[in-house]
Amino acid sequence: MLDISEIRQIEFDVLVIGAGGAGLCAAITATKESKKVGLICKSLLGKAHTVMAEGGMAASLGNVDKRDHWKIHFRDTMRGGKMLNVWRMAELHARHAADRVIELEQWGAVFDRTKEGLINQRNFGGHRYPRLAHVGDRTGLEMIRTLQDYGIHKDIDIHMECTALDILKDESGKVAGVVCMYRETGEFIIFKTKSLILATGGGGKAWEITSNSWEYTGDGYAMAYEAGAELMDLEFNQFHPTGMVWPPSVKGILVTEGVRGEGGILKNSEGKRFMFDYIPEKFKNETADTEEEAARWLAGDKDARRPPELLTRDVVARAINAEVKAGRGSKHGGAYLDIASERSAEDIKKKLPSMYHQFKVLAELDITKEPMEVGPTCHYFMGGIRVEADTTMSTVDGLFACGECAAGMHGANRLGGNSLSDLLVFGNLAGMGASKYAKELSEMPKFSDEDAKRIIRNATSILNREEGENPYLMHESLQNNMQNNVGIIRTDSELQEGIKNIENLKEKNKNVKANGSSQFNPGWHEALAMRNLLITAEAVARAAHLRTESRGAHTRDDFRDESEEWYQYNIISKKGEDGTMQVIKERRKDADPELERIANATLEDLEAEVAEERKS
Amino acid sequence: MGNRKFKIYRGDNTKGELVDYNCDVTEGMVVLDAMHRIQADDANDMACRWNCKAGKCGSCSVEINGRPKLACMTRMNEYSPDETIMITPLKSFPIIKDTVTDVSWNYKQNKRIKPFSPSQNKNNTEKGLVMQQVDVERTQHFRKCIECYLCQNVCHVIRDQGAQDKFVGPRFMIRLASLEMHPMDDADRIPAIKEDYGSGMCNITRCCTEVCPEDIQITDDGIIPLKERVVDRYFDPFMILFRKIFKK
Ligand SMILES: Cc1cc2nc3c(=O)[nH]c(=O)nc-3n(C[C@H](O)[C@H](O)[C@H](O)COP(=O)(O)OP(=O)(O)OC[C@H]3O[C@@H](n4cnc5c(N)ncnc54)[C@H](O)[C@@H]3O)c2cc1C
Ligand code: SF4
Ligand code: SF4
Ligand code: FES
Repeated sequence: MLDISEIRQIEFDVLVIGAGGAGLCAAITATKESKKVGLICKSLLGKAHTVMAEGGMAASLGNVDKRDHWKIHFRDTMRGGKMLNVWRMAELHARHAADRVIELEQWGAVFDRTKEGLINQRNFGGHRYPRLAHVGDRTGLEMIRTLQDYGIHKDIDIHMECTALDILKDESGKVAGVVCMYRETGEFIIFKTKSLILATGGGGKAWEITSNSWEYTGDGYAMAYEAGAELMDLEFNQFHPTGMVWPPSVKGILVTEGVRGEGGILKNSEGKRFMFDYIPEKFKNETADTEEEAARWLAGDKDARRPPELLTRDVVARAINAEVKAGRGSKHGGAYLDIASERSAEDIKKKLPSMYHQFKVLAELDITKEPMEVGPTCHYFMGGIRVEADTTMSTVDGLFACGECAAGMHGANRLGGNSLSDLLVFGNLAGMGASKYAKELSEMPKFSDEDAKRIIRNATSILNREEGENPYLMHESLQNNMQNNVGIIRTDSELQEGIKNIENLKEKNKNVKANGSSQFNPGWHEALAMRNLLITAEAVARAAHLRTESRGAHTRDDFRDESEEWYQYNIISKKGEDGTMQVIKERRKDADPELERIANATLEDLEAEVAEERKS
Repeated sequence: MGNRKFKIYRGDNTKGELVDYNCDVTEGMVVLDAMHRIQADDANDMACRWNCKAGKCGSCSVEINGRPKLACMTRMNEYSPDETIMITPLKSFPIIKDTVTDVSWNYKQNKRIKPFSPSQNKNNTEKGLVMQQVDVERTQHFRKCIECYLCQNVCHVIRDQGAQDKFVGPRFMIRLASLEMHPMDDADRIPAIKEDYGSGMCNITRCCTEVCPEDIQITDDGIIPLKERVVDRYFDPFMILFRKIFKK
């Protein structure tokens, strides 16, 4: 019989799960106020998703275009998110991003410079001004390495290659700890903690064509859900318009938006620059309508409007999709992304070195000479764990969330570059919020041994079963299902089919089986992740089915327009009393009138207002 | 491209063997894809590390036919169609299981290094640090490192001489170089570079530079200039003082 007292236990004030930008930032901040801070991650330190980010982090530093201001960043973010963002989160982000980027530089980040020697900023989709602080096309690497090199000198107890399985609570419903497993040995460990921060990232591994790694199995969503927390906005999955499409083995790997930011253009098989045909009404005033104007913009003319290739990701992804459907796709079913005709070979190698390398090695293609082939790839979750904006606490006491696994900041569609800055801003707030909460608790909450046993038994039974389902094949069928039925363009009947398949897979998953021992056994790890993937997939599919409109990244072929009615609602998913998933519409809180005014102001008015403010 | 033969190390630090596998290989596949196929079909519990599948995270370091490489950036068509592909773990680190090794020693070396210490002079402004692009280029070049540890794996000082407590290895020599060449860093690491981090152990064989997937000029741009600074310091203290004062 399993005896919990034989399992190793460690106590923390604040424990962070996830060592990407958000988790590292939260842990570093927590050390300012809390004595015992822990950090765990599934892979090695420095390898989290954040390392893969390329283009940059958005902040209204105003180093390249002095007109920039947090209000304009805020307006861009809200419009990009189709106004569904949690107002206060978008405000906090826009107000604090610049300070956080400057702080990162003090911690050791070495950004590309402007002529004046300040942090350089580049253009990106949906951002009015050049706004993305960057280092070539390896900004995420710079960010994670900086936080890592800085964080290891703070008093943080780091456990690498350690998977969190499920959250423990006390009798009153407060967080009390988490049960984890070291991947190397298969040994279980219980971390007791006063407050717990989830920074586990997204769940894009539920799709077949994805830019996400094996880590993105929605563990944070599932653990929070099982602990009774509310999930929000899960129907909004961003499909990045430019993933690689050829050769098949690299399908989905990201081609940074930086390519378009540096002037790259999209063409169809007829050689036509098709984005001019897809400019939405709302963005007509702010987008170039001729190639001539777009060229002037690239040359640096501040009066020229932005080229349509830099419209928000949802728009560009749908446009490529439509071109392919209309039979004008590239050789392997995508669109052509051409930077070779727009910039010199030298510039390309300098500005986009890792893209140059990636295509050279993986596709045997020289992007300084030939166009790339690109198509939509599942990339980012706007939805996630519902949190309170200022503290980042979820609806469960003591459970916090930040980074990609939290909901609200990006609304229905995220602007490129707004994630990395989100990690810094909300990682910081989470570190403070969780420390404050922990300080106010007089003693460590107590979990029940029974709960811990159940979690461990669920995990070991996968190995002990005589026979059962192969987790790899289960994962493949889930990916097919999501790709075909819960993809970029959605319909009622396909979503229903998708939900039915998920229900079947859930049934099968009760009998999933991994061979071999508990030591570094990827088959077992895959099987453990299946539950999380299935909860995530179910929440996405059900929310997508309920939202009968098209907004941002959520596109319904049977409800093609944004609806006034749906603008009023978020979709919340939560575990019901009977153990099934409850998915409900919930009315949004009224917006702060001042924020609403800024978001709806015309660009000219807002620019004038900001200029006026600066004078006085 | 048809069916291909593989030999993959299965086992741990105490015992193990090369096991034969076959796998259908299609156009464009890299070695990591083949490992995943084998894992899904025939060897569910075969351990391997990976994350980004695009040469950005440095997780998938292994030895392929004896050469240290990133499995995700090594295309199958680099090998002739009848060649058997042998995949083994990095030699310099203890094996955890199959192709996964214990690289924790590297994390310990990093912790020994004094981190970035921003100087508080007039170039540290409200708008951030003021530094020219030309002056940060060297540092940025070293910061491309993805911590794959392939260089640590081939360095004979670590691999053959077992000098793991005397030399931090090429990866951390360039970490040191990136800090020393940072125009706004104030700390002095030269004595420690000589005494603690073991710059004298490196005899410039350049094996590290040869395997670096990021093409970082580890030896010529990093280690040699550091060695020069060490030599300068201990031969000509006035020169150092002079340089420190006029450091931009
Ligand atoms: C290829 C690519 C390029 C991108 N480019 C940009 C860009 O240019 N600009 C931008 O703003 N955004 C970009 N993004 C998005 C951005 O990188 C991510 O949204 C962001 O890095 C997520 O950070 P995070 O800290 O929330 O999580 P991650 O960095 O993903 O970290 C998650 C952490 O949680 C851990 N974890 C997960 N589950 C568990 C568990 N069960 N137990 C223990 N640990 C667990 C993982 O090990 C990991 O350490 C890009 C994304 C991708 C994939
Ligand atoms: S050049 Fe120096 S650091 Fe590099 S492999 Fe040779 S001895 Fe090691
Ligand atoms: S210097 Fe090069 S070889 Fe060494 S760890 Fe870094 S990227 Fe890898
Ligand atoms: S998987 Fe990231 S470098 Fe190979």
